[in-house]
Parts: sequence; C-alpha cells; structure tokens
Amino acid sequence: MCGIAGLHLRDSSLEPRLGELLEGMMCTAAGRGADAAGVGIYGDPAVTPPGQSTVCVIGSPLPAREAAGLIGSLLAERSASLPGEPPVPVPAAAPASVRHEVAAQAPARAGLTAGDSGAGPSGGLTGTLVRDEATVHGRDAGQTSIFTAAVEAQELARAVREALPEAVLTSRGTALGVMKGTGEPATLAETFGLAGMSGYQGVAHTRMATESAVTPGGSHPYSVGPDQCMVHNGSFSNHATIRRELQAEGIEFDSENDTEVGARFVARELARGASVEESLMALCRRFDGFYTLLVATADSFAVVRDAIACKPAVIAETDRWVAMASEYRYLTGLPGVESARVFEPEPEVVYTWQR
Amino acid sequence: MAALNAKNGIAAGNEPDAPTATVADVPLGASAARHSGTVTVDLAEVTVRQLNAALHAEPAGSRTRYRVLNPAGEHALAAGIGAPLDVRIDGHAGYYAAGMNMRAAVEIHGNAGTGVAENMMSGRVHVRGDASQSAGATAHGGLLVIDGNAGARCGISLKGADIVVGGDAGHMSAFMAQAGRLVICGDAGDALGDSLYEARIYVRGRVASLGADCVEKEMRPEHRQELSELLTAAGRDDDPSAFRRYGSARTLYHFHVDNARAY
Repeated sequence: MCGIAGLHLRDSSLEPRLGELLEGMMCTAAGRGADAAGVGIYGDPAVTPPGQSTVCVIGSPLPAREAAGLIGSLLAERSASLPGEPPVPVPAAAPASVRHEVAAQAPARAGLTAGDSGAGPSGGLTGTLVRDEATVHGRDAGQTSIFTAAVEAQELARAVREALPEAVLTSRGTALGVMKGTGEPATLAETFGLAGMSGYQGVAHTRMATESAVTPGGSHPYSVGPDQCMVHNGSFSNHATIRRELQAEGIEFDSENDTEVGARFVARELARGASVEESLMALCRRFDGFYTLLVATADSFAVVRDAIACKPAVIAETDRWVAMASEYRYLTGLPGVESARVFEPEPEVVYTWQR
Repeated sequence: MAALNAKNGIAAGNEPDAPTATVADVPLGASAARHSGTVTVDLAEVTVRQLNAALHAEPAGSRTRYRVLNPAGEHALAAGIGAPLDVRIDGHAGYYAAGMNMRAAVEIHGNAGTGVAENMMSGRVHVRGDASQSAGATAHGGLLVIDGNAGARCGISLKGADIVVGGDAGHMSAFMAQAGRLVICGDAGDALGDSLYEARIYVRGRVASLGADCVEKEMRPEHRQELSELLTAAGRDDDPSAFRRYGSARTLYHFHVDNARAY
C-alpha cells in the first residue's frame, strides 16, 4: 500500500502555496505508508532557478557544498576541452573516485557555463582552455542533495555522476526537483523544506514497501528522464522481464524497484517521440500488475490505472487546480474543494492535463 | 441531565421531549450539540472514534438523529451501528462508511469512498453523490441507494441486500453475487455479473459486456413488480419496463468434465 498525491495549478496566484498544500496532502497520505516519502516540485525558484539546470541526488558521500565545488571543477574541465579532444585530467585534489571515461563533451551553453566566475564565453566554443570552476550551487535537503548550475541539464548530470559515483540521481532538468528519502513523511517534508516551496505543479508519494527494500533508492518519485516524474501505488508483476529487455537495450537502472522499470519504460517511449498519453498506453499494454500511476513532465500531469483498478484514485478539478490522490481526504485542505468536480479515473484511460 | 451534560461536556437542548437516554454514554466533546433530539457532531472538533463510540453506545431501539459535520473524507464513518438511528453525514465520506450497518438509516450528502455499506445486515444507506469501488460488498440485507455513479465491483459477493444505483456502475459489478438485487439505472461496465449465483440484476442502460455465466433473462411480471418496489423504495420514478434483467446461467455451479483442462 502506498499513497499518491499530486497538484497541478491552473491559477498562478496559488503558486506560492504549492508546497504548503502538497505537504498537507502528503502528510495525510502517510496513513497509507510511512516507510519512505518523496516529492517532485515543478517551478520552485530555489530548487530550479530560472536559467539554470538542477540535478538532485540521494546517497551523496559529501556535503552538498563540498560536492558542488567538485562538480564545478569538472564542468570547468569539460568546457575547456574541445569536441574530439582528450579529456582534461581533473585536479589532483579531486577524490580518486572521479571517473574520466567520458571523452568529448558538447560544450556547455555559451555565456552560462562560467557563471559568476567571470570567465566569459565558454572555452569549449573558443578552444581556449578555461580552468575556472563553473559555479555550481549545492545544498542538502535531508537525504537529498540539490545541485544547480547554469549549464545544460545533461552536462550537469554527467558532472554529478562523475563527481559522486556512489550517489543516485533522483532528477535532472530545468523545471523539476525530486527530494526523497526513508522515514516518516512529515519529518521528511520538514527536511525538504516543503511547506515553504512554491511552483506550478507537484507530486508526492508515501511508501509502504512491498517489492523492494526500504532504502532511499527504493522510494518515489522516480525521475529518470529530463523533468519527468512518476509515482506509483501498486506492484508490477512482470517488471523483472521488462527490466531485462530494457537492460538489453543498454538502459541502466539505479534500484531494484519495480516502479523504476515503469519510469524507464515511459522515459524510453518519450525519448522515441511518443506523447505522454501514448507512452502510458504503451505501458498499459506491456505491464502486468496493479497500478495507479501519476506521471508528470514539465508541461503535463497524467493519471492512469490498470484494467482491474483495485488501487484507489480520485481526481478533483476546479478552475484553479487539478488534484489527484489515493483518497479523497488528502484533498480536504485545497481551496474550493467543496465545489470541485470529484471523480474516479476509469481503468486503462489516460487522463492528461497540459500547461 | 445537567449533571450528565457537565460530566460529558455536551451542550444539549432544553426541549423537555428531547431523548436523553443516551446522553450519559455519548463520549463526545463539547462540540456535540443536541437540539430537538438531534445530536450534531462536528468532526473538526472530535475524532471518528469518538463519533462511532457514541453511535455504538446508543441503546437498542434508539431512534436518535445524528448530524455529522466536516467528515472530510474520513474512513469508517458511522460503521458498525446496531440501533435504528438516523444519521446524516454532511460531506464526503472515506472508506467503509456505514459498514456492517444494522437497522440504522445513514445518509451521506456527498460521495462515499471504497466499500460503503460493506457487509450491511439491515437498514438503509443512501449516498447522494457517487460511490467508489466495492459499494455494498458482501451485504446481507438492507437497501443501499446511490444517487450518482458507483465505481467498480458494486455489489461484489452480494449476499442478500438490495442496491439501487441511479447512474452508472463500474466493471465487474455483482461479481459472484449470491443473493439480493442490483438495480442500475444507467449503464453497466464490463463483465457484469461475472460468476454470478442467485442475485438478480436489472439494468436500464447499456451493458458493456456480461461476465462469465451471466445472461439476459426474461422480464416476467413478478420481476417488473419487484423492480418497481425497489425503485419506489429508492425514491426513484424510472419506468420498470425500460429495464432488462440479467441472472446466472448456472453453468458454473457444478464441475463439468469438458472444463477439466482449465484447472
């Protein structure tokens, strides 16, 4: 049993209250599971500052500020190497765990890479070896570390992986930050600073573990593609088979969790150019088991249930917001819920809302 | 009465004819107010457990009226009542509202979550809005009325109660229903009446598909009569002749050697 909650705002005047509203929903959802919890927040300026990319990780061995320095130096090295050139060795001071297998990298966005360091246009574009560190901001939010920098998300993610090979990326993108961990949801919400967050969309999950261990890596949401986010109540029964198929295609996994397989599957479909709706319909055809899924991207919010639809789901909609929850009672703190259109999603019907 | 009220912190009306027998047993907070024989319970002030304890403490035969405010989708509201109380819930209810009901009339002015009136034995439960999945599951007796739509598996394993759904009913409704009647005034979802025993099903609208061993049956006068009574009891004026009847073909009752390979 797990609890799901999501809020998609239509009225921007509610955006400053996103975190507070989502926290209320998540803490009520704790009744369906208190092993672990997590949130995905879209559009909070502190988590995803405009003009920057954000990568969140769990399991970082270093405090976020320290890790940020290391990531920044790796980004600076990268921006200094021209495509096709061998990678520049990292400074001797860097931990031995840093890997160097990535050869040529696409240059970071011109004018953004150097950030506050004043290094000017990206060295990658000019061929000049610029060794200044790109400015990477890092902060810890409980078991999650959040890194932001004015480079492409892919570039930042690569640097984070190099700098912190033990850590697991929980999100990468320009709109989304995923914070999660093990423990009691209300306590976790405090470590995330959830109540003070703003944004246009958020998803939350409270976990009662069934398919894999109670670990930070086994907690939801799963975000394995840029600004994509999935939370799941239920259990996939053929996830091991699909995991092997995806692995055969070269897709790597971070956890033993069944939901990660669903998230990787959807990410692959989206990468192939499918819409969110098409991706979820493909998931319905391929996956067996019980599921109510809430899937979000930078501009969409979607819900789907399996054919049997045992796992609960309720949707409420007003002119100001769309909300989804495992149980109606999570929604009682939302403004105007008394007059919301409340309904249960039909089995194997994909419901999507676009921004 | 004053002493009892002071002891329990209950604000009571002064009407001399207001029932007082149960006041001593009502373990509610100061927010419960009794006026003209109606106990008002605000769930913003007291817990569901306190509400249910008060309902359970009512003596046999009590017809006390309760009005429940701010239910906020809480689970197990008014579950396990044994007396012929009259309970009105103003708002949405969570799981198992009025579950195991005996004798009481419970009206929910809102939607009901999973398993409303599950295992009801007698009495009446009326949902003014929609009901989630498994409404009336395993209910033995009484009447469940849902003005709106019912979710999946409405009347699953029904054991003798009657259910009238004003709108549509979801997939696998009346699954393995053994006895009782299910009336659907709207459409029925897939696999209606799968593995049905002796429950009778009446549907006015479209049936997406029939489940295993469920077949359409002739509407004889006695069926129109019982349907008419059920609709009247539910406060509806639908025309009984617009309905079709479904029941068990009874081919799954006994092992058939032709099916041996399926096991």
